[in-house]
Amino acid sequence: MARLLASAEHVTVRFGGLVAVNDASVPVPEGRIVGLIGPNGAGKTTLFATIAGFQRPNAGRILFGGEDITRLAPHRRAALGIARTFQIVQPFAGLTVRENIAVGAHLRHAGRAEALAAAEAVADRVGLAPLLNLPAAALTVAGRKRLELARALATEPRLLLLDEVLAGLNPSEVRDMIPVIRAIRDGGVTVLMIEHVMQAVMALAEEIHVLAEGRIIARGTPEAVARDPAVIEAYLGHGAAAHAAGGQHA
Amino acid sequence: MTSRFTPVLVVLAALALLPLFVTSNVALNFLKVALMLALAGTGWNLLGGYGGQFSFGHAVFFGTGAYAAAVLQVRFGINAWAAFAAGTALGGALGLAIGWLTFRAGLRGSYFALVTLAFAEVARIIASVWPLTGAGSGILIPLKVGFATLQFASRAEGYWFVLALLGLAMLLVRAIEGRRFGAQLVAVRENEDAAKALGVDVLAVKLRAITLSGAITASAGAFYAQTFLYLDAGIAYGPWISVEALLTAIVGGIGTVWGPLIGALVLQALSELGKHLGGDAPGLGLVLFGAVLILVVRFAPHGIVGLARSLRPRRLARG
Repeated sequence: MARLLASAEHVTVRFGGLVAVNDASVPVPEGRIVGLIGPNGAGKTTLFATIAGFQRPNAGRILFGGEDITRLAPHRRAALGIARTFQIVQPFAGLTVRENIAVGAHLRHAGRAEALAAAEAVADRVGLAPLLNLPAAALTVAGRKRLELARALATEPRLLLLDEVLAGLNPSEVRDMIPVIRAIRDGGVTVLMIEHVMQAVMALAEEIHVLAEGRIIARGTPEAVARDPAVIEAYLGHGAAAHAAGGQHA
Repeated sequence: MTSRFTPVLVVLAALALLPLFVTSNVALNFLKVALMLALAGTGWNLLGGYGGQFSFGHAVFFGTGAYAAAVLQVRFGINAWAAFAAGTALGGALGLAIGWLTFRAGLRGSYFALVTLAFAEVARIIASVWPLTGAGSGILIPLKVGFATLQFASRAEGYWFVLALLGLAMLLVRAIEGRRFGAQLVAVRENEDAAKALGVDVLAVKLRAITLSGAITASAGAFYAQTFLYLDAGIAYGPWISVEALLTAIVGGIGTVWGPLIGALVLQALSELGKHLGGDAPGLGLVLFGAVLILVVRFAPHGIVGLARSLRPRRLARG
């Protein structure tokens, strides 16, 4: 196994009586695309938020580059090289696409001119170059997802956390995005992605962790995970695995 | 590319030449007060317009600048220029302190607005009972016209002085617009969580903004003290200046370098008009301001500057 860039170790998050994430561990090897999947309400976004620093875990710890960052604020984690996108896109609506991306670029570039130049370079990579002068509010859903990605990339991260960047896109838009994400990984950025669009995760991720009701119930290659009875049951309900396997219990 | 500073410098130069043509005392007084309000509004605008943190209590900075200038001179015999500088610095320090208390506690939106209002009211009540600030009878700076006492022999001199202060503040704001701090400040206004995710230290950005904002508005207060030479709690810390500071920015064009100047000129003209029409009917000015605010918020949410820009849609698209 490759060297670990980051990992969540035995993370538990409770909201009052609800245990959103229950003793979940997700190792993220450097240079990989790792998928985090699970049914709705499984706790994926919450687990994600603990890695990005937006949610303090009640137990467990977050490691990045060998250091314990569990108590570090989100902006400090960004400085270390962790960038995230939001499932519900959060553009700076009043700013142009260029200005949006430049905010991310400013993390590594103090000067305005350098930040704007870096923003344009990033826009090129994710296919936003023709839209640089548009106000972010004028973008389509697909455009906003790309903007989320561009802003995060502009911080020049080592670990990119993608929270459903493909959700809400039509099949052709998904097809357009897959090579973009792969190119990001090939550029040396490790990717941890939450995704609902199965076809995309299967195509992109080299390993997948499955979260259900706050627990990691399976992990492995996309093929292995897709065949795992526990995964099929989590998605389709009790007894579904047996049914899928040939209906012996039917 | 001509510098972004050029238009600001041109307008400042034109304003500086005005007293050579306008000699009427009424007109100069009008302009002097308008520029003072624009200065207070420029302070408010940096925090509220660019940073999105709406203060309803900028009187706390205005009054602190004014009282510091007066008290240091009258009670401690400190040079007027030093007192002026101290008043401005104290406004900044107070901004930092208030920001530390409120922003660290995560207060935003109407909660932040209410707390700033409370700070201003507490300051007003303290100033109205504390012997140091002259309590209920206020404080008088003895008239002694001269350069050393920072008291102006002519209305034109006072006008130039406040114009210089406003000019510095506007150039500072323009400089901030083109820097990382400015980009981060606007990002905080637009979406705090997204800003955090992109590595913006939201608390530090807000603290810087409120510190500068407090200092700028305090300098307007210190100028008030040097010009009118009399303060009481209702003048220095009264809600009127909190309202004027935010109105100039909102009416003129929130989050723009020009907004407070344009807004102050328009509002001051309206206020004079109100006096002219309604005599001294108390509160008429505020009624007028209220009506203007409603109209602006309803029909021109980006103020007069926004209105002007929307008449040139192609420029807007270029950003």
